[in-house]
Amino acid sequence: MTRGLIALGILIVVGLIKLPVERNLATLHRQEHFRGVEFKLDLREKLGQLGFIAALSGFRAIVADALFIQAHAAWENTQWGRMLWLFRQITTLQPRVLLFWDTAAWHMAWNASVAAMNNSNQPRQALRVKAQREYFAIGKDFLERGIKNNPDRPELYEALARLYKEKYKDHERAAEYYAKASALPEAASWDRRFSAYELSYCEGREREAYERLRSLYDEGEKERLPTLIKRLKFLEDKLAIPQDQRIPDTLTKH
Amino acid sequence: MTKGETASALQSFNVSTIPKRHRVFSLSRILAITSNTLTELTRLKVFYVLLVFGLLLIGSSIFMAQFSFQQEFQILKDVSLGAISMFTSLLAIVATARMVPRDIEDRTVYTILAKPVPRFEYVVGKIAGVLLLLAISTLVMVAAFLAVLYMREQAVLQVTAKQMASAPPDQLADALGAVRASAFNVDLVPGIIIIFLKACLLTALTLFVSTFATSTIFTIVVMVFIYFIGHLEATAREYWLTAHGSGLVTRVFLAIVALLFPDLQAFNLVDDIVAGTAISMAVFIKTALLGIFYTVIYTLLAVFVFYGKEL
Repeated sequence: MTRGLIALGILIVVGLIKLPVERNLATLHRQEHFRGVEFKLDLREKLGQLGFIAALSGFRAIVADALFIQAHAAWENTQWGRMLWLFRQITTLQPRVLLFWDTAAWHMAWNASVAAMNNSNQPRQALRVKAQREYFAIGKDFLERGIKNNPDRPELYEALARLYKEKYKDHERAAEYYAKASALPEAASWDRRFSAYELSYCEGREREAYERLRSLYDEGEKERLPTLIKRLKFLEDKLAIPQDQRIPDTLTKH
Repeated sequence: MTKGETASALQSFNVSTIPKRHRVFSLSRILAITSNTLTELTRLKVFYVLLVFGLLLIGSSIFMAQFSFQQEFQILKDVSLGAISMFTSLLAIVATARMVPRDIEDRTVYTILAKPVPRFEYVVGKIAGVLLLLAISTLVMVAAFLAVLYMREQAVLQVTAKQMASAPPDQLADALGAVRASAFNVDLVPGIIIIFLKACLLTALTLFVSTFATSTIFTIVVMVFIYFIGHLEATAREYWLTAHGSGLVTRVFLAIVALLFPDLQAFNLVDDIVAGTAISMAVFIKTALLGIFYTVIYTLLAVFVFYGKEL
């Protein structure tokens, strides 16, 4: 009994010693983006009792993967509502996995939106278009939240730029997000180029687009790709660039 | 017999009959207990059942081929590392919980302690045996995981090379590089070491609980509760130290959780490593030291309580 009490006393003293160490480590983890999930009670509502317990016991990756496989099955059965519900849980559990945000956005903005547009059960086109726009918005929301959780990774900025370009036909926002991606350390070399391409479609920003494309062109052969040359030629004509400042025609590749 | 022969005979008689001096600490005694514990544990069916389940779970990841290679590798790594973590933790608890109660039940402990074996050597030998078993199981599971990952990587590389045979060499190299980058990542190694250290911590804590527990089942139930509470400790700690509006009872409860339980959430680094977060040396060393600190403290406490146990 006495030994038990002494052991308890030692545990409390050890607890007081370890407390600042653990807090310091938790801060360090947070700084380095570990501990992606903050365990609050509202997480239980999102995940359900079983998922919450599994996430608490350190198996959130496995739970997220199991839900991802379920989402894949739901996709095969075109159960879009279920997919959305599953992807919300998956991204809550694993907010640092870009793949989940990207896949969720792709399913919503590309697959579900097309299915909504082709929905033969809905005779009114206005409602089909409305449903389609709603799925675009859901896809955009996934990517925006993904970026909020992973501001240091370029992939989701690129995905959002693609969504603006292909679904909203908003070249200005597409250019903005490609530019944001290109400013990050692990960005792909084509991000800068794509940002300039998108800008070249924006009314009123042709001069800026021309300067950026020209500066890429001047970097050397590696950047002188067919699309870049084509857009540069287009802008030269549109901006009436003097002949002597234009790029040579011989370099044009198609 | 000459005088010299008699003296020599007497001397040899004296040397052989004088009892060897008992040493307070003997590594060979600890090693004997360790090897005996390891042998005992490897004879347990539960060890093989857990190991086979772990290997099956890792092996089942092969059948993820219908996903894209990024999705496939993500799931493979998550499932495999989750299985390693789950089964090392389970093994740590189950193998340790039954050790001391069974020795008491079988009266083995009396046989050992009747010899000049100090109780701390008995406890240290026992825990070393379990840690050795955990190390072996972890290595076996990691080897299976790496083999599966390598096999899938090679298969995906072959398919990619075939699909992009007509592509320019730099594009092919980029694609193959992307496949390789999605497969094995050096950061997985410190993540696996942290999983092992978490299992060591759980072993020491289970041993501590089993020194005052009355049965194996009681120890396992208590450890399951500790396991869940340990993963909530960080939340309780932050709430206790930062929230000021809660009542006294809540604050006392949170303080007890924060002070008495280890922060097991701190040892869950693999999820984020698989997600692509690089582990820094500072995080790795601090987490590893925390794991070693807990293991040592709980082992010492187990020794302390075991000394007072009436046998």
